[in-house]
Amino acid sequence: MSSVLKVRNLGFAYPDGHPALADVNFAVEAGERVAVLGPNGAGKTTLVLHLNGVLSGGSGQVEVSGLKVAKPNLKEVRRRVGIVFQDPDDQLFMSTVWEDVAFGPANLGLRGEELSMRVKTALAAVGMEHVADRPPHHLSFGQRRRVAMATVLSMHPDILVFDEPSSNLDPAARRELAELILSLGLTTLLVTHDLPYALQLCPRSLVMNAGSIAADAPTASVLSNGELMAANRLELPFGFDPATTGSSVRSRA
Amino acid sequence: MKAAHAHSFYVHEQGRLHCLPPECKLAAALLFILAVVATPREAFWAFGVYALLVLSLSRVANISFGAFGRRLTLEIPFLAFAFLMPFFGTGSQVEVLGISLYREGLWAGWNIVVKGTLGLGTSIVLAATTQVPEMLVGMERLKVPRTFTAIGGFMVRYMDLIASDLHRMKVARESRCYDPRWIWQARAVAVGAASLFIRSYERGERVFMAMVSRGYEGNMPGAGAPIALRSQWAMCLVLPCAGALVAVSAWWGLR
Ligand SMILES: Nc1ncnc2c1ncn2[C@@H]1O[C@H](COP(=O)(O)OP(=O)(O)O)[C@@H](O)[C@H]1O
Ligand SMILES: [Mg+2]
Repeated sequence: MSSVLKVRNLGFAYPDGHPALADVNFAVEAGERVAVLGPNGAGKTTLVLHLNGVLSGGSGQVEVSGLKVAKPNLKEVRRRVGIVFQDPDDQLFMSTVWEDVAFGPANLGLRGEELSMRVKTALAAVGMEHVADRPPHHLSFGQRRRVAMATVLSMHPDILVFDEPSSNLDPAARRELAELILSLGLTTLLVTHDLPYALQLCPRSLVMNAGSIAADAPTASVLSNGELMAANRLELPFGFDPATTGSSVRSRA
Repeated sequence: MKAAHAHSFYVHEQGRLHCLPPECKLAAALLFILAVVATPREAFWAFGVYALLVLSLSRVANISFGAFGRRLTLEIPFLAFAFLMPFFGTGSQVEVLGISLYREGLWAGWNIVVKGTLGLGTSIVLAATTQVPEMLVGMERLKVPRTFTAIGGFMVRYMDLIASDLHRMKVARESRCYDPRWIWQARAVAVGAASLFIRSYERGERVFMAMVSRGYEGNMPGAGAPIALRSQWAMCLVLPCAGALVAVSAWWGLR
């Protein structure tokens, strides 16, 4: 099968007994961009942390390009699933951008010329070569977000996973990030509650609520289904009409 | 050297000590401090020699006297304790400027002040000439367990983030007209410190998850700095050797 990501009957409760995921099922095919929508506390981040085995121990299973997420495969799974976390400050911790982008591939065992090629290409892909020698915490938020992407791209992942990528970005940085995601052309899972962003980037959406998938449908149809939206605490920004915007996005694409 | 993450004690102007391998500098500083600590407190001349050694090193390291002095003020809170010692104790007393002090407490206080100051002076020179990542590489090469060096590294790297958290919280407090004049009004500061601790802890967890997601398994990818030459070791070890010589002569002189 060509599914890059397959999630089957996934369930999970936090150690304090709080159930966070219940019977989650979906698959993502190669080249797809899929949004995961849902209100705060729906379990989106918990789901993301299951995709590369940072969280586990519940029921069900996850497969990445046919490889089961399980202890003996963790290294390869973590190479295949590139997670870009919500706060770039959590992701960037080395003393220079270069070292940070090199961290992942170095953990995979790359050294020397091969390693620097990885770093160079990843930084070039996000347009951040010129900050390679600077400490990450001296960059702007938008730049840090791009560098955080590079730290994951340098591992040559099969699928990119973003957790709330547009939060805290100004409108220009938000638009540039969208263009960047489109230009990479990678299989992408985009966790967001920024509905226009989902519509712009992802033809398909999963709606999560209280730990389960409430809907799996084309993004445009999710956003125009008022009943579904209200039942899952999803709201469009004032004045945004998915019917007109959706068609203009599609005709431009 | 790359424009790496410099801590506030680092002196950017390159002196002759900056380019020495970190493991040599660390070992030299540590051994020298050991020699100082091992010196009998009665040997005043020995401490004079140590002070001269440290001061001349600070010149070689391009630290101005002013900066050196300011950094030494770090120890004032600790000195307060040492200054109290002569007032408490048992045994014979001496009269100093009309105040009667305990002889043993006086010696103990002097011992702490002089050795503490020399130790801090040595550390200031080390910190001024060694970047944090270098320091960690040096520690790893001296076979300090990885867990310690990793923890040390994160603490230093996250100091900036925590400091900016602290600053934001302070701004938020002051924006609501918080202006404590007395220590017992400072409850909000204490509560703030507690919440900062929790926040830092939670951030630590998130950072760790992000690292694990990029294949981290407990070892930092090796840093590629060149290994120390024998001549560099020799140069650095001159300092602790001089220290050991002074300490031994001081003990000899007491006999
Ligand atoms: N470490 C944790 N311990 C206990 N409960 C948690 C923890 N992290 C999240 N939760 C709970 O799990 C649920 C899902 O959280 P999360 O996956 O972060 O949601 P989302 O990312 O969709 O906002 C929430 O109810 C949250 O309170
Ligand atoms: Mg979340």
